[in-house]
Amino acid sequence: MGLRTPLFDTHVAAGARTVDFGGWDMPVNYGSQIEEHHAVRRDAGMFDVSHMCVVDLRGDRVRDYLRRLLANDVAKLTQPGKALYSCMLRENGGVIDDLIVYYMNDHWYRMVVNAGTRDKDLEWLRQVAAGYGVAVEPRTELAMIAVQGPNARAKAASVMPPEIAQRALEIGPFFGIDAGSLFIARTGYTGEDGFEIMLPAEHVVALWQGLRIAGVAPCGLGARDTLRLEAGMNLYGNDMDETTSPLESGLNWTIAWDPQDRDFIGRDALAAQQASSDTRKLVGLLVEDRAVLRSHQKVIVAAVGEGEVTSGTFSPTLQRSIGFARVPARTGDRCEVEIRGKLVPARVVRPPFVRHGEVAIAL
Amino acid sequence: MSNVPADLRYQKSHEWARLEADGTITIGISDHAQQALGDLVFVEAPEPGRHVNAGETCAVVESVKAASDVYSPVSGEVVAGNADLGGQPELINSDPYGAGWIMRVRPDDKAQFASMLDAKAYAAALAAETH
Repeated sequence: MGLRTPLFDTHVAAGARTVDFGGWDMPVNYGSQIEEHHAVRRDAGMFDVSHMCVVDLRGDRVRDYLRRLLANDVAKLTQPGKALYSCMLRENGGVIDDLIVYYMNDHWYRMVVNAGTRDKDLEWLRQVAAGYGVAVEPRTELAMIAVQGPNARAKAASVMPPEIAQRALEIGPFFGIDAGSLFIARTGYTGEDGFEIMLPAEHVVALWQGLRIAGVAPCGLGARDTLRLEAGMNLYGNDMDETTSPLESGLNWTIAWDPQDRDFIGRDALAAQQASSDTRKLVGLLVEDRAVLRSHQKVIVAAVGEGEVTSGTFSPTLQRSIGFARVPARTGDRCEVEIRGKLVPARVVRPPFVRHGEVAIAL
Repeated sequence: MSNVPADLRYQKSHEWARLEADGTITIGISDHAQQALGDLVFVEAPEPGRHVNAGETCAVVESVKAASDVYSPVSGEVVAGNADLGGQPELINSDPYGAGWIMRVRPDDKAQFASMLDAKAYAAALAAETH
């Protein structure tokens, strides 16, 4: 038996099939993964993401600490509540984890890291914190629900106390607010609008049931994966890990090179890699045949070299198979993928595949 | 719990078979198999006229999650593949023992069908698998 979130019994009672995910027993679907996917694209769906780890970072020098720790620069965060997506790197440029950090005030930032990497993340956070007098506080008493979809914010607000609902609906994209026992952020992992709501574990079942009554569909990790892939978002452990850098993972946009004197961990290794010609990149793939991309399939780029699919699935929105692959940097707009013993042609495309319910690539 | 109709025969690899009045055998995948695979997105059913051997891969079913081979429980000639699955692979999810059938075979030797698991033995195999 794995770890269980406070919603585990609720999921089982709702007919969820569960799987092991990073040591946690999590719902993979409640019947049809594709219907759950469409619920998020067309209306509103919710995910139990209580397995993710919320960490509060406090101290007078917490800003300096995060500017050393993260490849993206928290100095970009000037308004309270604003969030930033970043990688946390080893000195060699390998990705320890990807995360979101919220600027709460000059002495407090809130971070959300992945479940499967929690222990090594906390160890690293504390190791670097020692030089900055920063307290690293995992908030294990908090649960989290992601409510996503075009109607997600309205439906979620309908179950909140009026004064909190009012504030929640005023939250700008990629901001979070501390509203008493609730922390509400306008963030997500689906390419749709919505909230991620953190709250004390003892209240999470009531919120889940309330959302259910408000017409929000429970969704499992299966739909979460197809949604994030369509949205062009990486999954740690599939698309990047400690053996790959952000430059090889389609995450160049998350590296803050300026100001040039900011000495973040991994910077020298990234700079050296950028100067080298023998590099790889992460691209999106679209398959036109009736075949489905899966992790670890071999990619062949004629006259250039080989690569590997890092994530793949069938896209319910596009009705085609899509995926990500790590390929040589000189790869053009076509390649072939070895799928079940056959070479299948694929188009190289720039993710996202789908954004806000609309197809975002040429089919 | 998954549905295991009493009037069908099964394989441990989760195919079901039904002996029809005309002596042909209809083959599909079990309710347990469709639940484990999740939503099906592609089905490659065999062409009529092909000869398949017992234990041979005769079809491929692919879900959002994974691709899986379907093994023929009997040797014989394929007399029909379910053409509806081309456009509606989800028929296997909604009706695995009915509209979601995969192929129909004229068996070389009916004894192969008789030696398949009955519903009770298959249900026991499922119970053992989940423990």
